[in-house]
Order: sequence, then structure tokens, then C-alpha cells
Amino acid sequence: MRTYLDFEKPVAELEAKLEELRALGAERDAVAISDDIARLEAKAAEALAGLYATLTPWQKTLVARHPQRPHFSDYVHGLVEEFTPIAGDRKFGEDEAIVGGFGRFRGEPVCVIGQEKGSDTRSRIRHNFGMARPEGYRKAVRVMELADRFGLPVIAIVDTAGAYPGIDAEERGQAEAIARSTEACLALGVANVAVVIGEGGSGGAIALATASRVLMLEHAIYSVISPEGAASILWRDAGRAQDAATAMKITAQDLLRLGVIDAIVREPVGGAHRDVAAVMEATGNAVAAALAELAPLSPDAVRAARADKFLAIGRKLKLA
Amino acid sequence: MNWISDVVRPRIKTLFKRETPDNLWIKCPDTGQMVFHKDVEANLWVIPGSNYHLRMGARERLASVFDGGYEEIALPEVATDPLKFRDEKRYVDRLKENRAKTGMADAVRVAVGAVGGIDTTVAVQDFAFMGGSLGMAAGEAIVTAAETAYARRTPFVLFVASGGARMQEGILSLMQMPRTTVALRRLKEARLPYVVVLTHPTTGGVSASYAMLGDIHIAEPGAVIGFAGARVIEQTIREKLPEGFQRAEYLKEHGMVDMVVDRRELKGTLVTLLRLFTKAPALEAAPGSAPRAVSLEKRAGDAPLAIERPRDDAGEAHEAADAEGSGESPAESRAEPAATETARG
Repeated sequence: MRTYLDFEKPVAELEAKLEELRALGAERDAVAISDDIARLEAKAAEALAGLYATLTPWQKTLVARHPQRPHFSDYVHGLVEEFTPIAGDRKFGEDEAIVGGFGRFRGEPVCVIGQEKGSDTRSRIRHNFGMARPEGYRKAVRVMELADRFGLPVIAIVDTAGAYPGIDAEERGQAEAIARSTEACLALGVANVAVVIGEGGSGGAIALATASRVLMLEHAIYSVISPEGAASILWRDAGRAQDAATAMKITAQDLLRLGVIDAIVREPVGGAHRDVAAVMEATGNAVAAALAELAPLSPDAVRAARADKFLAIGRKLKLA
Repeated sequence: MNWISDVVRPRIKTLFKRETPDNLWIKCPDTGQMVFHKDVEANLWVIPGSNYHLRMGARERLASVFDGGYEEIALPEVATDPLKFRDEKRYVDRLKENRAKTGMADAVRVAVGAVGGIDTTVAVQDFAFMGGSLGMAAGEAIVTAAETAYARRTPFVLFVASGGARMQEGILSLMQMPRTTVALRRLKEARLPYVVVLTHPTTGGVSASYAMLGDIHIAEPGAVIGFAGARVIEQTIREKLPEGFQRAEYLKEHGMVDMVVDRRELKGTLVTLLRLFTKAPALEAAPGSAPRAVSLEKRAGDAPLAIERPRDDAGEAHEAADAEGSGESPAESRAEPAATETARG
């Protein structure tokens, strides 16, 4: 069963009719209604394309959080062979909000790390909805240090509403853990490529997304705070989330323009969840292209290029 | 506002030859005791008696740290309002107001001078400027400070006071987390000491970047230090927070800061550390061990006295303090009924 977002209602109705027609065609004279089906299919496709060509930042937020949107595990499944996750920060515990390990990407050994949101109630709880505690970030540091030592490039799959806000997380140094993870990204002598596949939420995202190349899916969002959070602080009304989403410039298209990300990965019409295989193909190609560009660089050159890239962010924006 | 407060009072004020702050008496947010402002000023904005640490402006802080004069470092200009941001007010207007109010271009000042005889680069984040929030200007200031320390081969001391990221600059504010970290890494590689003084408050994206990457972390008594805002945590877990949660002393107990130091002993502590790390010979008597009220007198005519609001509403009153982190309760925004359950378990 496909889940429709509220703004997709017109498409949902067309596709529901289409389903009925198809069911009807299966039991009766298929030829007689095949024209109707084709006509309706075209209409539904057109409606969907129209909607997705003009998504507002808030609609993109909903698409980025779509329950059927592919998550970390789907990417690992689609792009990485021999994936071997490792566990634990060797200090306190294992945090499954962040999954990290090693595998082969298009034949080459790589490190893969990212937030997993989970796809049903059980897995969502297990992965804490992709909101990591300090252990998660400390595991990330550990994984990245191993990758660096063995010369394996790092692919970071970023998808989190943010770091987990809880007493235990604060007690164990959430702030320090995030800061150290960001620092670990910058210390890598191997290339790292981050892909924001859904939500890039604040410090919880930057801890993994401080990368040589940062890619974003076409309808992903990346922001300093969730639209709801911004609305409740700036307007003291979480209901103004739509305004906040627009004002904060959180879409891939805005961030490319601002020079914060390096490239956008196209999604199928109707969003990543409508054609997971196509998204894997497009993401794989974009990651491979980025890694190929960085492959000739020495460890020092990789570090210097990454540092310079981040220092340059914002400097070219027009002075008022 | 009326004619008397707008016109008459300022005129009466100018009759006196020196500036007189509106509030001659400062109320201790802790005990409620009223203290004469001069006594507080002379005591480095610590209430005598209760030892409550009021916030300190950047200029006063610089004066309190250096042995004598110091050279203020010019900071690079940054793009103004790149997002053309507007909430209840236009961001450009907020900036104008804060510039007029504080006399600062943005939230961070940087200076170089001697601290206990050691040439030191000092940066101070001033909470009075939009809650000390971290935007492009503040980020660039911290990068400049670290680069200055690197170029001049001095230790770097950073006084942090910030609610977190400046939301009006969106993602560009988030980018200051890796940007400042880049600059700090160079100091680390050059083996130059980086000492962070965490003052009230140090939260959000600021805590999750340069504030927690010091070689040494010193916190002022009672300072709130943490990543997620207290309100966000309470909404997420639906429990009251423990006594003293996210205070300096709590962070020391949990191993996140090295020491909690009374402001009147701070200079002495810094001098000791800086001289040890730079292998300078021991001093006969530590020059900063007594309160440095003297150096503050140079300050007359500078920024107006910052009168403190009580600590508890101050944290909520500005951007970012509660905003950072996931910035939202999952139960609220995601229609995931299980989220609260996870939080408890």
C-alpha cells in the first residue's frame, strides 16, 4: 500500500480510480477499457509531475520524511556488497541510531556510515528514529579512524531529525561527541562523500556530513533546525513551520545556490519511494563520480581540500 | 514611552558629567539581595556575598583578562542577511538594533595582548548581541582569532557565551560548526594551547563545536552548558529535569569540563595554565590572583552596564538556546506515537 501525503490527494484519487479500472479489466474485456486506463495513467502521471515540479519547501519536508522513503539500510542493500557493520564506541555502549561498517561499493572496499531511522515501529524504536546519542557519534569516530588507517574512502548516508535530546545524552556529553565527530571528518586523509537522503538535521547531521563532497537528494532537506523548532522559537508557534521552512532555505536547490552542497541527485517523479532502484542507481553514480574525482589526491591534499572547501563557504556570497 | 522618559530624563542625565546607569542597584537573581552597581562592577560582575556570576560584556572581559593594553583585531566583513530572512521582524533590522544597542558589529571580539606575560589571542563572545548566536560574522571572527593565534604562535583563549546557532542565517550558521573546527585543527597541529572558558550559557551548535574542542575546558560557576535546550528535553521525555542539570558543576561531575573556576580567580588560573603550556618560568607571585578591578576603570565611557536578567528566563528569551539539537519533540512533529516510549526506555 502506497502512503500518500496530504498534498498528493489529487494524484491519490486518480491512482485509486486507475487501480479500480485495472481490477475491472482483469476480470472483464481488457481491450474495451485499455484506452481508459492509458488515458487515466497519462493523467495521473501528469498530475504527479506537475505537483513534484513545484514542491514548496514544506512539501519537500514532508517528502523527505515520507514513511516509505528509502533509508540507510535500503542504500546499503542497493549499493554495498559484503556490508559488515561494526558495533560500539568501546566507551559506553552501542547506539543503533548510527550504523557503520565496511563493505564493497562497485567492487572497491569502502567505509559506510549513517543514521538509520527504521521502517516499522520495532525498527524505529531500535534505531531511535535515527536520533543518535553520544555513543553513536563516538562509534562514528571509531569507524572513521579505522577507515583512515586502512585507506578506505568513507560514504556517509545522512538522515536524521537531529541528535537525540535526552538527559542521558546530555550527561554523556552529546555536544562533545558531535564536535569530535565533526573533527574526525576533517581529520580524514581519505575522501569522504556525504549524501543527505532525507533530513539533514542540525549538528546531528553535520557530525557526519563534514565531507569532501556533499550531495543531496532532490527532495531532501538540510537545515540548522527543524522547521517546527524554528517556528516555535522565531514565531513562538510551531504551527508556523511552513513559513519557517520557506524562510530558512532548506531545500537542495537553495543549498546548491548558496554553495553549501556540491551536487543534487535527481529523484524519480513522485519522490524516491516511487522507484527505489532508480534512486540507488542515481545515487551510486553520483557517489562514484565524486570518489573518482578525489581518488588521485594524497591524504594531505584530501585534508587541505576539505578544509579549504569549508572555509570558503559563505565567503563568495555578496557583501551587502 | 512619553515626553518625560524620552526627553527630560536623558537631559537630566547629561547634567551630571558622567554616565549614570538607569539602575544603580542590581538585584541578585539568586538571593534577591540589592547590590550597588559599583560594587558589582569592581567585583568582576560577581555579586558579593552570593557569588552569583552575572554576564559580562566582551569589552569588560577583555579588560579583565589582559595584563594591560591589548590590540583589538579587525574582523572580516561578511555577507549581510544572505537568506533575506524575516520572522516577526526583518533580520537586517534586528542586526541594526543589536549594533546600536551593543556598539558591536556582531557577537565576537578578538584581541591580542599579554596574559601573565604571555602573548595570547583572546576571543570573547558577547551574549548581549543576539544571544551571542553563531552566524557567519561570529564564525568568521573565531576563524580569524584562531588564524591570528596561529600566525603569531600564541595560545588561544576563547570565552564562550551563546545560545547556539543564529537561525536567521539558516544553514550558513550550521556551517560555522565545521568552519571553526577547521581553524582550530590548525592550532592543534601547531601545538598551540587552546583554552575554552565556558560561561553562561553555552548551548546548541556552539557547544557542539568549538566550545567542546578545547585542550582545557574551564567553566564559570552556575553556567548552563549543554547541547539540547532544557525545554526540548522536557517535551521529549516528559519528565522534570534533575536539579542542577546542565550546570557547570554537573558537567564537571560528568567529565566534560576540567574545572569550575570563580571569575575572580579565573585570570590566575589562565596565567598558570598558559605559562605551564608555553614552558615559561614560574612567576614570583601570580599577578592575576587578586581581582583585577583596576583594569576595569580604563573602561569608563564604553558600553553601558549590562544589567542581568534572571538566569532562568534568559535562556529561553532568545534564539537557538532551545532550538538546537533535534529541536523538536518527535512525538509532536512526526505523529509517531512510539517516540515518547522510546525516550523513556
